[in-house]
Amino acid sequence: MAAKSIISRPVYATLSPQPGKHHLFVADAEGALAITDLAPKVPDGFFADAHIIFIPGNEGKHVAALEALKPAQLYQGPSFASALPRLKQTLANAHMGLRLYLAGTEGLIGQAMQAALEAGIDHTSIQTEHRGSLARRMQCVHCKGITENVTTQPATCSHCGLLLLVRDHYSRRLAAFQGVCINAEDRSEIPPAEEIFR
Amino acid sequence: MSTGTTKLDVVVSDVVPVNELVTRFHFRRRDGQLLPTFSGGAHVVVEMRDGERTRLNPYSLMGSPLDTREYTISVRRDDVGRGGSLFMHRNVRPGMEMVISYPVNLFSLDLRARKHLMLAGGIGITPFMAQTAQLAADGGNFELHYTCRTASLGTYADVLRERYDRRVRLYHDDRDERIELDRLLSSQPLGTHLYVCGPSGMIDWVRDRAAALGWPAETVHFEHFAAPQPGAPFDVTLAVSGKTIRVGEQQSLLEAVEAAGVDPPYLCRGGVCGQCETNVISSDGKFIHNDHWLSEEEHRCGKKIMPCVSRFEGRSLVLER
Repeated sequence: MAAKSIISRPVYATLSPQPGKHHLFVADAEGALAITDLAPKVPDGFFADAHIIFIPGNEGKHVAALEALKPAQLYQGPSFASALPRLKQTLANAHMGLRLYLAGTEGLIGQAMQAALEAGIDHTSIQTEHRGSLARRMQCVHCKGITENVTTQPATCSHCGLLLLVRDHYSRRLAAFQGVCINAEDRSEIPPAEEIFR
Repeated sequence: MSTGTTKLDVVVSDVVPVNELVTRFHFRRRDGQLLPTFSGGAHVVVEMRDGERTRLNPYSLMGSPLDTREYTISVRRDDVGRGGSLFMHRNVRPGMEMVISYPVNLFSLDLRARKHLMLAGGIGITPFMAQTAQLAADGGNFELHYTCRTASLGTYADVLRERYDRRVRLYHDDRDERIELDRLLSSQPLGTHLYVCGPSGMIDWVRDRAAALGWPAETVHFEHFAAPQPGAPFDVTLAVSGKTIRVGEQQSLLEAVEAAGVDPPYLCRGGVCGQCETNVISSDGKFIHNDHWLSEEEHRCGKKIMPCVSRFEGRSLVLER
């Protein structure tokens, strides 16, 4: 569970049904469970107006549980990147009355929110629920490269190789936590890496 | 104390009758300088020295925010109101020196919006005059739906149609023309923001339908200056200043507090900005809440009141003032 530390660090709630004409879900892996947990709370006919974009991940679980909700559309993709064009297209053609629900890892929530912000949805209008891994999407503030699935503190930038302190400082625009060089004074000083974002 | 409402010394530079109910007033600075910059949706509080009495009424600025040589407001005459609009119509003449507040905007455009959908009713058109001018100058995407009683009371409808052509849609009550609200709200592209200004019944209707059709609250903006409603006189104890005062039939609680020499903060004097929110220490009776600021829950529990528009009926009321 993500705890509030500094103001930019996102915190997540529990999905709750919103009034609306269409309901768009984006979820990965265990995020599917946030949707099935929501199901008993929704009004009749809710999922008949729902579109679920789901990235099952390596374990490939939970697809049957989502099918059982009988959404109007259920799309499965191998990765967020592969699902992004579909998400963007859906948002570009949508009207007011579409509500957005994001569930799963922080990387998925952040990147889907980034697409939603670009489409003109206010971040406070989006329902989010964190499920699964705490792995972080990190931007190296030095080379600007993004490293996915960071689980250690400190972490090595996959682009420039600097050893970075993974901060709670988060950018909604970039959908990434900021990584700042941890040993800028003396590069030979290498603090031990701990796996803390599991 | 009028928080944020630094005063401007102005002179009335023009008074223009617009139709049988509405008159436009132009103000310039007495020192000839430019007036402060404002954004579309801003209002000023106009001070009216009416004999012994000072009236303070808010009016939306309706000129283009690009032109700060003068401010313009349009005042609809209300023959059964508390007298502010009648004072403006009867007593204010070109050349008269007046005092107005700095502009304050409680109804600003959200410029992140992909599109601005504006709904005006009657004299509620005035903030949209400024907002459309602001957006048009930047090529902003807007659409204005304006409901008026009759064509002759459609204040500035002709000006707006000429400026913006098909981006303005008019509805006349006497021709039974009605906004197809559900269809309008459901056909807007994602990223649209909604703005509504008009009678409170219209605002409530639009907000209710927007919420039901899935418009997030952040995308729905509204402004309604509730003129303080008259009512039975009542007594109030001001605990901090140790005074007991009587609120007259035609007086607002805020005006009575000010008349007793206590200076609470205010901005809009119309129940929308929240500045004059006052804690209730004890009460025995019924609140008549007329504001758009406190939540329904806060209205129910009787721990807070907005003295600019709300009243009280009962045996005793003690306020933290």
